[in-house]
Amino acid sequence: MWEAIASNRRRSWVLIGTMGGVLVLLGAVIGMSVAAQLDGGWSRAHPSYYYVPEAPVVSPVVSMEAAAAIGVAVAVVIWLVLWAIAVGAGDSIILKSAGAREITKEQAPQLWNVVEEMSIAAGLPAMPRVYIIDDSSLNAFAVGRRPEKAAVAVTAGLLKRLNRDELQGVIGHEIGHIHNLDARFMTLAAVMLGAVVLLSRGFLRGMFYGSGGRRSSRGGGQAQLIILLAAALVAVLAPLAAQLLYLACSRRREFLADASSARFTRYPEGLASALEKISRQAGGQAEKNRVLAPLYIVNPLQEHAAFSLFSTHPKSSERIAILRRMGNAGYAAYEEAYRKIRGGACIGAGTLAKDEGASLRAPTAEPEPRASAVERAEAVGRLLDTVLPLAVIQCACGARLKIPGNFKREQVACPRCGREHATPRAAASASADAASRPMTYVRKGQGWESFDCACGHLIQLSPGFGAESVKCPKCRRKIAVTAKGESCVGP
Amino acid sequence: MGPVMIVLLVVVAVLLLAFLWVIGTYNGLVRLRNQVKNAWAQIDVQLKRRHDLIPNLVETVKGYAKHERGTLDAVVQARARATGAQTVDDRIRSEGELSQALGRLMVVVEAYPDLKANQNFLALQEELTSTENKISFARQFYNDSVMQYNTRIESFPANVVAGSFAFQPATLFELQGRDERAPVAVKF
Repeated sequence: MWEAIASNRRRSWVLIGTMGGVLVLLGAVIGMSVAAQLDGGWSRAHPSYYYVPEAPVVSPVVSMEAAAAIGVAVAVVIWLVLWAIAVGAGDSIILKSAGAREITKEQAPQLWNVVEEMSIAAGLPAMPRVYIIDDSSLNAFAVGRRPEKAAVAVTAGLLKRLNRDELQGVIGHEIGHIHNLDARFMTLAAVMLGAVVLLSRGFLRGMFYGSGGRRSSRGGGQAQLIILLAAALVAVLAPLAAQLLYLACSRRREFLADASSARFTRYPEGLASALEKISRQAGGQAEKNRVLAPLYIVNPLQEHAAFSLFSTHPKSSERIAILRRMGNAGYAAYEEAYRKIRGGACIGAGTLAKDEGASLRAPTAEPEPRASAVERAEAVGRLLDTVLPLAVIQCACGARLKIPGNFKREQVACPRCGREHATPRAAASASADAASRPMTYVRKGQGWESFDCACGHLIQLSPGFGAESVKCPKCRRKIAVTAKGESCVGP
Repeated sequence: MGPVMIVLLVVVAVLLLAFLWVIGTYNGLVRLRNQVKNAWAQIDVQLKRRHDLIPNLVETVKGYAKHERGTLDAVVQARARATGAQTVDDRIRSEGELSQALGRLMVVVEAYPDLKANQNFLALQEELTSTENKISFARQFYNDSVMQYNTRIESFPANVVAGSFAFQPATLFELQGRDERAPVAVKF
């Protein structure tokens, strides 16, 4: 696969360069449009300047060239910052925005083992980190600029529904992406293009809100033209950038990753039946984040739409047919099947020349009995409980109530049977009350008195203080105040 | 610049290119050879992991299936032989026998539903399956690397460099006693 790997390296550099160019252009245009706006404001205050139509539209505040230069400088800074972010934190950004949580070997031994097996089969220098996404849809993706520092994420739905061979096929496909450096290109693209889309949208919004009040009605045609040009450029660029991201997930890369998976697992039927299950389900849960959708193994936004030149993933039915047609597990077999079903070449000639073919293996016997689909779903549920920051209350009727961390009420009713349960918030406040042992202060007289609360805060009582208790402002403890001789009245 | 100078420059340029090519090829061969070595080490790691799993597995099974003493003893003995093997051929053979003994044990375990429901046993079984898979994937990667390396050494132009720097071909890892060749399904 070295052709694919080399091509991905090249494309990553091309992407960074193109982003730089686009940002520089944007910067120059935005700089000039800002200068034009400043110019408009200045000339309104100085009408004498306005009435010299032959004078060139050069703002005395800052010249157009200087404004463009400043814009370019700012754009270059933004570009470098974006590059640094994409390189340093690109993986974490994508993982966090997908809602992925890292798991350890103890939490999900089978998934962990499958990832380790596939990374051994692919010869990766280190095993990728494993993440799980709390989603009932079936999907998976991989991120990682370098094979040493990669990560694989799967949805909870995938874990529930796939057996070991199918899971191996899917993980093999994702690790194929990491191995072929697709993940490098996609991570860069997602972060950079996503940032460009955000920046352009923000600029457009700023333009319409900001210049609405300051729009001068004078005939300073050039300034207006620049502003309009900037707006048009941005309005065109933002969706174009998003489209570029979509096209960048070249469909060929998916086929190559399928071929890699077949070669690693030596069992293409596993991936084929996994793709069947996934493509039947993928439309179920719409992916909220459009920028992320192309990264998944099957594009959830696209699965039921008509197949067009602009779709990011090939049709699942084609991928399945090719996988099932392979005579053995090598690259040459995949190429042959690809040629028969789709026509055209897929894998590079150099890789094919070196390929010696690989024999298929038998499917693994499922160790746990098949009738435990419910057990498997419960196991995945328990795994999610350990990973997500949710408090789980087991009701006597069998329902499990999942309470998010910011739930404010102290009591919650089970939706199935109606029993009331105390939430963790109740327990916390109860313990806070218990921790604050009730204090009583006996007043010595009627004048000014002060005493130290248990937390150290000084509490002062005035002569006019007549209440039964005082609340410490620091630790919120209720301190009963009694006069000497009075009996203590409990709360 | 006389013709002699031009010829000299051309010769120097050609020599320089040849020199660079030799360096590139040598480095490539070294990388492949190291990949083979690392792949072998990876197999080692997985085999050792299997050795470490077995005592726990045997104890768990003993608790439920005391009557299967024969099968259990076979596993323990096979493991002892595998850990003690010295030469490469010995290792390959004894590891194959250990795989067979474990396979027989797993077949025997099928008759004990209590054992199959035991959580500890299930976890161990998953670990064992995974370790077997890892061994076979590590072996697969090793063999692929060996094929790559050997082909590179033997084909022309690299075999010149390989010969001069004494690169030896590596041996494939053939695990006897396990039939992985599944019948190829004929589809119409």
